[in-house]
Amino acid sequence: MTDTDLGRSASGRPVPSDWATDFDHTDDAYGAAAPEIWDDLRDRCPVAHTDRFGGAWLPTRHADVSAIAHDTTRFSSQSVVVSDFKPLAPAPAGFAPPITSDPPFHEFARRLLLPAFSPKAIAPLEPITRKLCADLVDEVIVRAGAHGGLADAAIDYAQHIPVGVIAHMLGVPASDGDRFRLFIHRILEKPGQGGPVDAEDTMIHYLDRIIEEHRAEPRDDLIGFLLDIDVDGKGLDDDHIIGTVALLLIAGIDTTWSAIGASLWHLAQHPEDHRRLVAEPDLVPFAVEEMLRAYAPVTMARIVAEDVEVGGCPMDKGDWVLLPFPAANRDPEFFDRADEVVIDRERNRHAAFGLGIHRCLGSNLARMELRVALEEWLRRVPDFELSDPAAVRWSTGQVRGPRTLPVRLLETVS
Amino acid sequence: MRIAYDREKCQGHNRCYLLAPELFDVDDDGYAILLVEGDVPAELETKARLSADNCPEYAITLE
Repeated sequence: MTDTDLGRSASGRPVPSDWATDFDHTDDAYGAAAPEIWDDLRDRCPVAHTDRFGGAWLPTRHADVSAIAHDTTRFSSQSVVVSDFKPLAPAPAGFAPPITSDPPFHEFARRLLLPAFSPKAIAPLEPITRKLCADLVDEVIVRAGAHGGLADAAIDYAQHIPVGVIAHMLGVPASDGDRFRLFIHRILEKPGQGGPVDAEDTMIHYLDRIIEEHRAEPRDDLIGFLLDIDVDGKGLDDDHIIGTVALLLIAGIDTTWSAIGASLWHLAQHPEDHRRLVAEPDLVPFAVEEMLRAYAPVTMARIVAEDVEVGGCPMDKGDWVLLPFPAANRDPEFFDRADEVVIDRERNRHAAFGLGIHRCLGSNLARMELRVALEEWLRRVPDFELSDPAAVRWSTGQVRGPRTLPVRLLETVS
Repeated sequence: MRIAYDREKCQGHNRCYLLAPELFDVDDDGYAILLVEGDVPAELETKARLSADNCPEYAITLE
């Protein structure tokens, strides 16, 4: 007898009875088939609801997602990850400014960080990223050579790229990567569902230590940048710094890993697209945006701040609202051929990095990492396929991407 | 063809800067700066159209 026979999912929660009235984005079935679920909901119930998590809504039309993202009065960002608990941190900053901040504090916290993430600030990281990707592809090719051409494009390749880049940016050892991934899994994939965690094993404890090391020995990296910020003669307070570093760590890893993995998942199954990108590298920047549209990893959340109606649904103050940007990106009302990947798509106002004032701060970094990761893979692996499609496992929660991606390399370039 | 850029709508997605660096620069905070005044040179009209068609915030319009 499987868990499902008992009416429980693998996580021990009841299996959703209907995605329109009882959705659970942390259920494995949602992770596995989210695009199909969004398409179905958009047709029959464009703003879905669940009583889980204390009550949450799931709009799936671009127009509704966009309207909510732009309305920072009725929808607060004070907590952006839906869980069974509503951990409201004191306004205005929230736990992880600026993502958990509302106006007007939001703009203050965001402007501090914007210069560190502008396209021109990110460009110097490209050579380091390219070297990291090239070394990883080397390892993948060697590993595959010893295993009949088999490797895992998510585990052996995609997941290491953002970890390596963010570790470099924060000035911490790349070997801390496993720890980063554990923190993120606890927070994003199964929020509030794990057991108690030893205080010394928490992300906050880890960040406290790293920040103290930077204070004791100043360094020219992103934490050094945060410690140097001067606001009216004072530095940022410790909670602000820890929250922001936590945000960069959490927001920068699973997300980019997911986008790289999902893009490779697509290319493994569409050799015509893969061959075209190998032959026409100038198309890669367009393909990157199309992958971001079709496989946008990130769903954000808001808390209703004032009673409001969306798509005919009455949302009460305190309800959760998920903002599934990937669902908006597949709305046929907004995009031509919304359900197809058109790798040279020329009109592409996708919302992968959000809409409104909370546009992903790291979008230039993520875009660069995705482009370089694909370029290095295309250069060395001109032909590959899924070796076991049934073994592909997708993450659950608000960041969606393949967590196991078994592939067979059919042709490699040394 | 002329380009109108609305700084109030811009959220710094930087799609225009990537697609049409001849027409848009970015400031230190990553917001767009329109580089052309008046008519867009004919050879850049395709790029101008791309920059408008890919702005998620509709901050760029063509006249």
